[in-house]
Amino acid sequence: MKFAILVNEGAYQHQASDSAYQFVKAALEKGHEIFRVFFYHDGVYNASRLSVPPQDDRNINKRWSELAQQHQVDLVVCIAAAQRRGILDAAEAKRQGKDADNLAEGFRISGLGQLIEASIEAERLIVFGD
Amino acid sequence: MNTLHTVNKSPFERNSLSSCLRLAAAESSILLFEDGIYAALQGTEFSETIQTALATHSIYVLVPDLQARGMSLEQVIAGVQAVDYAGFVDLTTTHYPIQAWL
Amino acid sequence: MGVTKKLLYLNRKAPHGTIYAQEALEVVLIGSAFEQDISLAFVDDGVYQLKKQQDTKATGMKNFSPTYRALDDYDVNKLYVEQESLAARGLSAEDLIVPVQVLSSAELAALMATQDVVFSF
Repeated sequence: MKFAILVNEGAYQHQASDSAYQFVKAALEKGHEIFRVFFYHDGVYNASRLSVPPQDDRNINKRWSELAQQHQVDLVVCIAAAQRRGILDAAEAKRQGKDADNLAEGFRISGLGQLIEASIEAERLIVFGD
Repeated sequence: MNTLHTVNKSPFERNSLSSCLRLAAAESSILLFEDGIYAALQGTEFSETIQTALATHSIYVLVPDLQARGMSLEQVIAGVQAVDYAGFVDLTTTHYPIQAWL
Repeated sequence: MGVTKKLLYLNRKAPHGTIYAQEALEVVLIGSAFEQDISLAFVDDGVYQLKKQQDTKATGMKNFSPTYRALDDYDVNKLYVEQESLAARGLSAEDLIVPVQVLSSAELAALMATQDVVFSF
């Protein structure tokens, strides 16, 4: 079955990102397809490559990047939500005249249309939030 | 196909569970996970609510979230069914649509 | 894409205290371009999103409530409010910034059960 996932909260503050990750992993293990994981609201913070958690804790941001690499999962960050919260890819940083970018590997920044499209294309939309 | 409602909030803190129960069509299912698992336990103010709801809904609890909070399956209300993440995925394939009560 | 799905936006949070209502509205506006069957449900504190006469000036925050009035221009006109949520908050349809259909819990439950996709924020 084809799933779309919406993550509404950032890493660590809420369990939403952890639950979404465990769900996605279990779904992939069962042979399901993850059409897209869309990050909205504070969920965009999952895409920061500058997060440095303590060594004895899970690295939520890196875990997503690795998942994208291993399973070709499409990780999409909402551009409007990301710009509000200071998550920028290199192109956007340049366009906005910022001196740094911070989008982690495996993520891409795009519009809200990607969420709507995913909800239409997938057979199920599962929402994780607060 | 019946709806799967997901509730991830403690009934002591939020009205997610009570709103879900008010608006869940008969025969729809409810998954309690994250802090939502506190509703699945015996001997609380909400135990009776869940017992009553079991007459019209299948109710599930996510065991990893139960264990993470120091609770065990023995404490779960009879009739509430245990699932792991794989079971969560299965529930989403056998229900439609999936409605989150954030 | 050739498919028409029933998309429901479930709004259960009050405006301003958190950003959920404001960003949910942004999704609705973008989503309207996809020509799907769109409904908005306002339940619990979500009914406060539609309260008339919101004035955010002194808070310095954005007043996005007039946008609800523009939804009709985007062909988003199925707005449902749960009667029980209104009554619990001492509100009635006259307190709201846009015309809505007020439904009982049972009616709203039946409507929600017919959806294909439910967006919760």
